[in-house]
Amino acid sequence: MYQAGNLVKKLAEKHGRSRHSLMPILQGIVEKHNYLTDEVMVEVAKELEISAADVYGTASFYTFLDTQVRGKYIIRICKTITCSMKGKNDIIQTIEDMLKIKVGETTSDKLFSLIETNCIGWCHKAPAILINEVPYTELTSEKVVEIIKGYMQK
Amino acid sequence: MKNKGLTKVDLIFEKVDLKEVLTKAIKMSSDEIIQQVLLSGLKGRGGAGFPTGLKWKYASVEKEPDKYIVCNADEGEPGTFKDREILDRVSYKVYGGMAIASKAIGAKYGIVYLRGEYRFLLPQLMKELESFHKTIDELGYNFRIRYCLGSGAYICGEESALFESIQGERGEPRNKPPYPTSSGVFFKPTSINNVETLVTVMMIIQHGAETYNQLGTKDSRGSKVFSVSGDTPTPGIFELELGMSVQQFVNEFGDGDTKAVQIGGASGFCVPRKKFNETVIGFEGVPTGGSMKLFNSSRSMYNVLHNYLDFFAEESCGQCTPCRIGTQQLLKGVQKVKKGEVKSTYLNEMVKLADTMKIASKCGLGQSVGNAFRTIVENFKEEIIY
Repeated sequence: MYQAGNLVKKLAEKHGRSRHSLMPILQGIVEKHNYLTDEVMVEVAKELEISAADVYGTASFYTFLDTQVRGKYIIRICKTITCSMKGKNDIIQTIEDMLKIKVGETTSDKLFSLIETNCIGWCHKAPAILINEVPYTELTSEKVVEIIKGYMQK
Repeated sequence: MKNKGLTKVDLIFEKVDLKEVLTKAIKMSSDEIIQQVLLSGLKGRGGAGFPTGLKWKYASVEKEPDKYIVCNADEGEPGTFKDREILDRVSYKVYGGMAIASKAIGAKYGIVYLRGEYRFLLPQLMKELESFHKTIDELGYNFRIRYCLGSGAYICGEESALFESIQGERGEPRNKPPYPTSSGVFFKPTSINNVETLVTVMMIIQHGAETYNQLGTKDSRGSKVFSVSGDTPTPGIFELELGMSVQQFVNEFGDGDTKAVQIGGASGFCVPRKKFNETVIGFEGVPTGGSMKLFNSSRSMYNVLHNYLDFFAEESCGQCTPCRIGTQQLLKGVQKVKKGEVKSTYLNEMVKLADTMKIASKCGLGQSVGNAFRTIVENFKEEIIY
């Protein structure tokens, strides 16, 4: 849970209060708070004068608009064929061992979530992950440990 | 069949003088631009291959004053990563192509729909967009482009689902007709073109349709950017003249042990070794949006098929029954065959299901699941069963 404060209002002012602004508003909230709470979706609905079901309907369609609790750093590992062929499972194992969570889970300090995702467009440099919006490619177990350590120290 | 072999070209990423090309385009009439693009024989580079000139012609005759050019940068097909590279290296040519398209159809607004996975590129792209806007202002041309971001949904690469997403809705494809050229984004006449298509248009206006025409074959004009991955010593992005055979492609990119090439991603076709020679890469053979995946003999084609079916079951928008249920049943079905829970003849039933999905699904997703399914099952039956 988080308090969005006046973020929804600010985003609505920036993008406009039409239904067409729903995606950038939801994306703006996720950028700051990593996922969408029921409360924040109701607030968006009020701000745009549409039903909360409409907001939830749109949000729940998109994998990057999470409606369940996610950590500050969302690690998305590509599971599509080339990454899968080039050692995606080893990378998952390394991250799971390091963070003591399984795929789909979030660390208890809410710092990291580990999720599998479909092709992220780095097949020529597989295996690849996204941490929030930043891609990391041609990963090895050693490399991914260093990358995650970097995020722990941020 | 006349075969042109494998020729590398460098047109897409070649540096051009944006101002010079746009000055030329702005002086041309809408009809002249459309004629040039029709003459060039250019077909859409996103995968579906609709003639670009024809699309523009349809959009240009619409009477509605508000029209849109949408650049489809929702590159989600597994194994495709060329549009990211194009945007990263020559976004000004994409914007230039959009301006030419806007002149052709009479649009004042452009939207680039960028997949959420490429969001990291946005700051750089916005900076380049600003300088592009300056250039067209100097030329006195009235046109504005803005960005919309996706949020991780493969289906939004489908044109009408993409419009829905821009409008803040679930990315569920619309019924067609009406087609985008009469009712697209915000239900206004829209030309939606792939990133690479728009860059190619820059090239056609710059060099002329006749020069462009010299590349490629009768059915597949020009060159194409290929995304090469899988079991290859040289994965990456390569611009090649169209018209080569799969064998020629494998000679260049294979690791000496290639048993199959998946052309066109998960929604494309699997070509086995015995058909490498006879299969042409292009609209006369196997068309592709650029995804080329090589598999060597160490790979299980069951795993490849399972991976694709799992992908489709997740990415189906769930709106129409043939696709929603079909993708799930195909996935369960191959698992059952593999485990020996059903007879291998069950595969024939599943091919029938895939055929039904091709006819009955609402959009390209459900319609194309059968491509990979049929070509993998037919050519690698033993690997699926045992």
